[in-house]
Formats: sequence, C-alpha cells, structure tokens
Amino acid sequence: MKAYVTVMPKNGVLDPQGKAIGHALTGHGFAGIGEVRVGKLIELELAETDPAKAQAAAEDMARKLLANMVIESFKVEVR
Amino acid sequence: MKAGIILFPGTNRERDMGLALARVTGAKPAIIWHGESELPAGTDLVVLPGGFSYGDYLRCGAMAAQSPIMRAVAAFAARGGHVLGVCNGFQILIEAGLLPGALLKNASLRFLSMDCHLKVERTDTPYTSHFQPGAVFRSTMAHGDGNYFASPETLDTLEGEGRVVLRYCTPEGAVTPDANRNGSSRSIAGIVSENRRILGLMPHPENQVDPLIDGTDGLPMFESISACFATA
Repeated sequence: MKAYVTVMPKNGVLDPQGKAIGHALTGHGFAGIGEVRVGKLIELELAETDPAKAQAAAEDMARKLLANMVIESFKVEVR
Repeated sequence: MKAGIILFPGTNRERDMGLALARVTGAKPAIIWHGESELPAGTDLVVLPGGFSYGDYLRCGAMAAQSPIMRAVAAFAARGGHVLGVCNGFQILIEAGLLPGALLKNASLRFLSMDCHLKVERTDTPYTSHFQPGAVFRSTMAHGDGNYFASPETLDTLEGEGRVVLRYCTPEGAVTPDANRNGSSRSIAGIVSENRRILGLMPHPENQVDPLIDGTDGLPMFESISACFATA
C-alpha cells in the first residue's frame, strides 16, 4: 500500500517561497490571494498491508527523517 | 592537535578547511569518508566542512546526518569531543541533533555569496579564545539556507546560557537588520553546544587564513582551537 506524507512549514515559520509565489500569482492577475505556503508531498510504497500499521510506520518515518519537527508539521494518509 | 575532516558526497570545502588547519597545526588533517563507521584513533577535532552534501536532498544536511560516520561523530561529541561545523557542516550538526534550531531558506530567497562581518560575542570558547573581546572580523558567506531559526524559548535558552558566539554585524560592529542578510533570528551566525565544544556557523572563516589570499581575518579561530590542544 501507499502512504502519502505531507510536510508543511509550521505556523509562525517564515515561508519566503510561499510569499514569493503569492506575489507572482497576484502579478498574473489572480485576485483575492491570501497567504500561500509551500510544503512537500512524499509518496511511500510500503510492503505493509495493515493500514493502521502502515500509518504508524509512516508517522515514525516522518518524525525521524521526512519532517524537521522544529520547523515543519506533517500529515500521513494511507491508501 | 589531530584533526579529521569528514567528506560526504557533495562536500566541496574540505581542502580549504584542511589548509586552514594545517596552517596552525603543521599537520595535514585526516580526510574521513562518510561511509566509515569509526574516527581515526586519537582524533581531537572533527570538522564538517561546507558544500552541498547529497545535493541538499530533502533538507540541507538531512541525508548526511544519517551517514554511518555521523553515529561515530555523535558518540565522539557525547564523550566531550570537539566538533566544528561550517556552512553545510552547521546544517548537518543541526539535522543530527547536535545543535538546536533549524536553518531555513534565506529570507531574501537568494543564494548569498558575499563578505559579511561577524561580532564575537564570547571569547571563552575553544574556537574564539584568540579574538579580542568584542572583536569584529570579516568573513565570507556562501549559502542558500542560512537563516537560523529556533523557537523563542530555545533562543532565550541559547542567549541565557551564553551560547550565541557569533552574530552578523556591520563592519563597525553594529548588529542591525541590514547586516543580517539571511534573516537569521537575532542575527545569529554561530552557536555552541552546552559544553561549548561543538560550534556551528554559517560563514567560512577558513577563507581568510592566508595573508596572500584575502587576509587572515579568520585565522584566530583556527589559532584558538589549535591552542586549546597545545596546552591540554
């Protein structure tokens, strides 16, 4: 099965990339854009077939490596 | 002093660092491949030099922090060993959990390759004892992710314990927002561990160690660490 780990900068952590993209979108003429934040999506192929175990394993991976818990938060979705 | 420089795939400043160390110790430091699991016997100082280890994949320093040699470096640090991390080396020390905080993308989003000035906040560390108290010296920065970040509590702890060793400043020594080009919290350029034996900094003091090549502004840092072992 697959686990999708979404890693995002925590609230309060400056995200200059998001800001720059927001400015660029406004420059393109898109109106009404609030805050833009940039994260990453990591797709993991897992041999595990039990969704709960896969979820727990992916969360462990996120805490240990995929996310930097000082500046990022993560969310795991198993499909 | 027996120094060892760790070489990761993508490290590119190990030779300059080696020359800087050889200048003060008279001996060529060992170059240690990241796949090794042990440091050479009798190592006094481990240096993580600058570069772009593992192509900065995932986060700067995140992959290198998982290398086999980093387990040995962590054990060395836990025994009270001296570890110096410069630029990517600082990022690796943080990712390895040997120093607190994080290094974010520069606030300007630009890679900054330029001179900077550093204020020496403490001279009672193994890396700064040869600077005059309150000294300001010129150095070089060359990084895309050097924006030091930590929670307000962590920053207060670092300040309270006197672990902020270097701050970005003007040539006159004023710590101003303009002199803080990468946007670091509280203009922090370098911090030490609780026992002051681990130093991480973004600028490159090894760039200024030769009077014929851009001066010797960074030399006191290497003289300090060398003297630390000469008297030991």
